[in-house]
Amino acid sequence: MTLAVNTQTILSRPRGRSFRRDLMGVAVIAVFAAAGYILFPDNLALLTRILSVALLVLALDLVTGYCGVATLGHAALFGSGAYAAGILSAHYGINDPLLMTLGGIVAGAVAGLLCAVIMLRAHGLPQLVLSIALIYLFHELANKTSSWTGGSDGLSGIMPDPVFGLYEFDLFGHTAYFFGVALLLIAFVLLRLVVRSPFGMLCRGIKEDPLRIRALGASPNAALAKMYVISGAVAGTGGALSAISTQVVALDALSFTQSAEALVMLVLGGTGSLFGALAGTLIFMLFEDYVSAANPFHWLTMVGALLIAVVLFAPKGIYGTAAAYFTRPGKANR
Amino acid sequence: MQTVFSIAIDALAYGMVLFVISIGLSVTMGLMRVVNLAHGAFAMIGGYIASYVARDLGLGYALAVIAAVVITIFIAIPIERLLYRRIYGQPELTQVLMTIGITFCIIGIANYAMGPTLKTIPLAAPLRGSVDLGFRTISIHRLFAIICGLAVALGLWFAIEKTSFGVKLRASVDNAAMAAALGVRTEIVYAISFAVAVGLAAFGGVVGAELLPVEPYYALRYMVTFLVVVSVGGAGSIPGALIACLLLGAIDTTGRYLMPEFGEFFFYLAVIAIICVFPRGLAGRIK
Repeated sequence: MTLAVNTQTILSRPRGRSFRRDLMGVAVIAVFAAAGYILFPDNLALLTRILSVALLVLALDLVTGYCGVATLGHAALFGSGAYAAGILSAHYGINDPLLMTLGGIVAGAVAGLLCAVIMLRAHGLPQLVLSIALIYLFHELANKTSSWTGGSDGLSGIMPDPVFGLYEFDLFGHTAYFFGVALLLIAFVLLRLVVRSPFGMLCRGIKEDPLRIRALGASPNAALAKMYVISGAVAGTGGALSAISTQVVALDALSFTQSAEALVMLVLGGTGSLFGALAGTLIFMLFEDYVSAANPFHWLTMVGALLIAVVLFAPKGIYGTAAAYFTRPGKANR
Repeated sequence: MQTVFSIAIDALAYGMVLFVISIGLSVTMGLMRVVNLAHGAFAMIGGYIASYVARDLGLGYALAVIAAVVITIFIAIPIERLLYRRIYGQPELTQVLMTIGITFCIIGIANYAMGPTLKTIPLAAPLRGSVDLGFRTISIHRLFAIICGLAVALGLWFAIEKTSFGVKLRASVDNAAMAAALGVRTEIVYAISFAVAVGLAAFGGVVGAELLPVEPYYALRYMVTFLVVVSVGGAGSIPGALIACLLLGAIDTTGRYLMPEFGEFFFYLAVIAIICVFPRGLAGRIK
């Protein structure tokens, strides 16, 4: 029922309007990026980190928000991208940032395919446990193959060349920041196209009612696997960005905590919406930077309380609740 | 041969501790269909209370165990009534988020209240020392853990198979709506089994403190292990959980003995293999 209603409302929306919404989204991201650049010129490293994590959260949104697969292991895709980009540079001397990013995208997509093949075999709790086991497996693998990944010391020796041979990665992170903003904008526009395409609608349908989709003649698992690969490419981009901008890859990139935090950010912002994913990342990371500098353990308590509060009072997340409030003032509580 | 026996004994002790902690999780998950990631946090609370009672207050080990179980249940009751009640029947993602939130909160508070250091629980005099089994010596404490595990398994089997409460519990696990229609007070069954589950978690946390040391990140570190046990064994099945604990305990211990440098790698590999082959768990029933 909900599926039918959703499809109708979205299909009946004029094509021009959704295009205008895309433009608006791009403009909003650009404005925020510019504001960040002007307001925090000394803290571009943090802003670049937010950009790379935002790509991870967008990727997670594709799988969790649009397809309904709950996963606590999505950092596996992010970390694969980061390590691929790092290894290309540190071991093979491929220092072109665009090629490194491409390496990250490919590695992320391959990791996504691998995770999809394993995770889609189960549903519910076993699926969740599989995702956790996968992220630990990736983590252990990266930890043990230390001749390639640097193990727990982290992978260092990444030295990206200037972008297009013109813009050098400077100490203050100006180039890395603009590079990240460009990657995020491209990913955002492409993802808007993906989630609005018939394929995106199919994935939403699978989330609502897989049985019905199967009855309609589509294969849920094939569609989910495809979405996982796309998600892996996006997460891999984020990983590559983090490797290029920080010039080091730590084991944290493949950790359970990173996965869980990404999920928290997504839910905080609102699942099933690209803007929600971006808003959640921004709010969470800024908040984290501010509070965890004071005391990391209070930070954990606050994240916990925040999560409980979101689940109880704003199940649609901050963006979802705000959007519902502004579009239908009369039915804000629905 | 000696190595095999050594591994077997250690695996048995580890598996039994895992069993005591995670059997409650398995029953509540089978019963209430709640993905409870905070279960390890209750085991941790039990460990902290026991440590406080036995080490800081200087009271005995037996008293520490009892205090840990009782106080943890009293802490858990309001959490169940205020928070868990709201997520029964909700989508998994909601349950995961809520229970992760609870876990984070408990970790933060535990660290604030008890400090980040590792807490030990001084053992009672008869449990210290070791016995000679002929092929190796084993600390009495491990033997005690194995006996506790067996006792819990036997007690639960008796309670579930032979008592009238067990009948109601099984009926609610199979079909809660039907059981309620037949006059079973399912809320009471839920509340009692939740309390028993938390109590067992606390008990396991205390008994297993030598194997799974109590510190603030306990809840997060072993959360995965407990979930894995339930998922591999099949939610709601006692024999399944027992088999899963022994199997995973054996895999983990063997890995640590023979290939210590690969740590948990084989453990997770085995978990993935088992779940891929048995998506509903070793003893899982078809929904």
